[in-house]
Amino acid sequence: MSPILAILFGLGDKLAAHVLLSAAAIGLGIAVALPLAVWASRSPSVARIALGFASLVQTIPALALLALFFPILLSLRAVFGEGLPTLGFLPALLALALYALLPILRNAVTAREHMAPGVLEAADGVGMTSWQKLRLVEAPLAAPYVMAGVRTASVWTIGAATLSTTIGQASLGDPIFAGLQTQNWALVLAGCIASAALALMADLLLGTIERGFAARRKRLVWGAGTLALLGIAAAAYAQLDLDKRGDTVVIGAKSFSEQYILARLIGQRLRDAGYAVEYRDGLGSAVVHDAIATGAIDISVDYTGTLWSNEMKRDGNPGREAIYQAIVAWERETNGIRVLGRLGFENAYALAIRENRARELGVRSLADLAPVASRLTVGGDPEFFRRPEWFAVRERYGLSFGRQRTFTPTFMYNALRSGEADVIGAYTSDGRIAADRLVVLEDPKGAFPAYDALLLIAPDRAEDRKLAAALEPLVGVIHVEAMRDANLSVDRAKNKLTPAEAARELAERLQLPS
Amino acid sequence: MPALKSELRLTGLTKRFGKLRAIDGLDLAIPRGSFVALVGASGSGKSTLLKTINRLVEPDEGTILFEGEDVRAIRAPALRRRIGYVFQSIGLFPHMTVAQNVGIGPRLAGHPIGRERVAELLELVELEPDHAARMPNELSGGQRQRVGVARALAGNPQLLLMDEPFGALDPVTRDALGKRVRELHERLGLTTLMVTHDMAEALLLAERVLVMAKGRIVADETPRALLAGAGSEEAQALVAVPRDQADAIAELEE
Repeated sequence: MSPILAILFGLGDKLAAHVLLSAAAIGLGIAVALPLAVWASRSPSVARIALGFASLVQTIPALALLALFFPILLSLRAVFGEGLPTLGFLPALLALALYALLPILRNAVTAREHMAPGVLEAADGVGMTSWQKLRLVEAPLAAPYVMAGVRTASVWTIGAATLSTTIGQASLGDPIFAGLQTQNWALVLAGCIASAALALMADLLLGTIERGFAARRKRLVWGAGTLALLGIAAAAYAQLDLDKRGDTVVIGAKSFSEQYILARLIGQRLRDAGYAVEYRDGLGSAVVHDAIATGAIDISVDYTGTLWSNEMKRDGNPGREAIYQAIVAWERETNGIRVLGRLGFENAYALAIRENRARELGVRSLADLAPVASRLTVGGDPEFFRRPEWFAVRERYGLSFGRQRTFTPTFMYNALRSGEADVIGAYTSDGRIAADRLVVLEDPKGAFPAYDALLLIAPDRAEDRKLAAALEPLVGVIHVEAMRDANLSVDRAKNKLTPAEAARELAERLQLPS
Repeated sequence: MPALKSELRLTGLTKRFGKLRAIDGLDLAIPRGSFVALVGASGSGKSTLLKTINRLVEPDEGTILFEGEDVRAIRAPALRRRIGYVFQSIGLFPHMTVAQNVGIGPRLAGHPIGRERVAELLELVELEPDHAARMPNELSGGQRQRVGVARALAGNPQLLLMDEPFGALDPVTRDALGKRVRELHERLGLTTLMVTHDMAEALLLAERVLVMAKGRIVADETPRALLAGAGSEEAQALVAVPRDQADAIAELEE
């Protein structure tokens, strides 16, 4: 229990960010839902459309809804200018507020529908204007029901806010995502406990307010309301304190161990060089490049193959060096991003299979796989099966697998071990390839492109010489064995290191100048 | 009878709900100070007629003059504050005390009333001053409708409209409250228009009984004339009910 407690005590700033985000989202949800409910109570077609829309939003998985706001905000920059943030607080706020809409709106509309018609007629009959009727009769009678909706919305929002980690907003999801990735269950549990406790607390306070409204006990309403506001104010104060840290370099990381480790490695060097450093971990792969292009993060590590096919939308394979040069030029001219250089290792996709299984089936290369593929199950991460090289591999080697399953990277290796997958789309820098006795199948036709790891710097940091000087020693020195061992030290089940520890060990091994 | 000034004058009043004519080209004048009962079966249009007067229902055709003024020229909330209205469903605001319910009209008009005036209004409907602090759900049905009447009278209205005011009450309460309202009508010099489906109540309380059927007035008589056989067939069918009941009771007593 003690490691979890230790982690819990270190979650203060995540908790503060989580509270602020949730409170803002619920507040915005209320601000939109209540006027909408009033309008809906006066027009059945508005009620139908508003409730239909809110229900539709509810069917979109929260993770997808959060990610959707990135392109939406990006396109809105045409209207609001380049200053509009596309990652972090704003998209998380908007997505969560949309999510909070339904319970509040539905309860408010239901409350209005169930109001005694005699009472509403009497309100007209005694000479109330429609505003007086709303203020003096409809609002007080609907208040307990609306409060119940706010309560439901709050519990949902606090839970869903953990997912905002994926779009670069700090929250209690940070330890959950980091823990899931590195199989550090203490971290996962700590994040879950903290967010569940927060949800229970909010539920308790809002439930008290609801009872206060129902029993018409103003003191109960004010008391619980004041406590809730105090909590939010404390969170705001804590965040204010954080924001005072001046020139902060934000380092982005996708949601796998290698990215966490490299982000820490970069962060440690920058800290030594006198920079304040912040991490945005667990970003979606598609989000990271846009984040650095728009300056939402300052530094990221990306891979040539990813940029070549996803960002430049190219599918030919002119060769490793040509691709690298093309990317450097394209990033500079199109986005203003500075490619500082290649780190020295490759993290390509490759098909991997258990050693004994490979012997059994007699496969050594992708070409050998074609005749037996229909009996096999192929596993991959969520991105893999949509990537151009997957289509290229299937086509070039005439592969047609019996079954195709999607796993998160961590569980993909477990699936291979347990036999739930026979072949997986593995990563060549992954330490588990050696540790799990896997064979990487040869690719004689060159269907998989190169994936050299690159160090990218955001446009407004591109001219920062001190920053570049601090990071240049990393270029070209991280060989694939070193990276694999570092990855394994975080991914393995026993004697796990944290990404920060692994980064320090890696720096030592590479004898990086400080 | 001297020609009294009309409190209400309805001309060519028509209200349609789809194809149904709830009120069908109706003309009616109600002199100041009279107590008029409007009787009819369900769906005869009597409630709709009452609601057109304070614009809870807007007619399709025709005009309504209230104290000589076209009601359409007065903003609906302002008009309603000048007219006392007692609802069949009582319609007390469940989240307000009795005092707040009684004082709502004057409060809306910008002249809130004090505790003494509330006590005075409660006394008019035979409630104790300490009822003022109670919530509606702490009262009996009869007490609630008494509060409803007090609320209707709070703004010193000239005109009192009552829509089946005693319909939901037990017979004893109903009788007592009916008599009380009749007394208040005299004492406060009100013009009262009461909708009811109970002919006995109409005959005993009103000085003039209107019988409505299919959106028209089919009889307009004093209670005495109705009992003597005046008015239409529909009217006599309604009068026959209490008369037969009275005869049957009288027989039992012999």
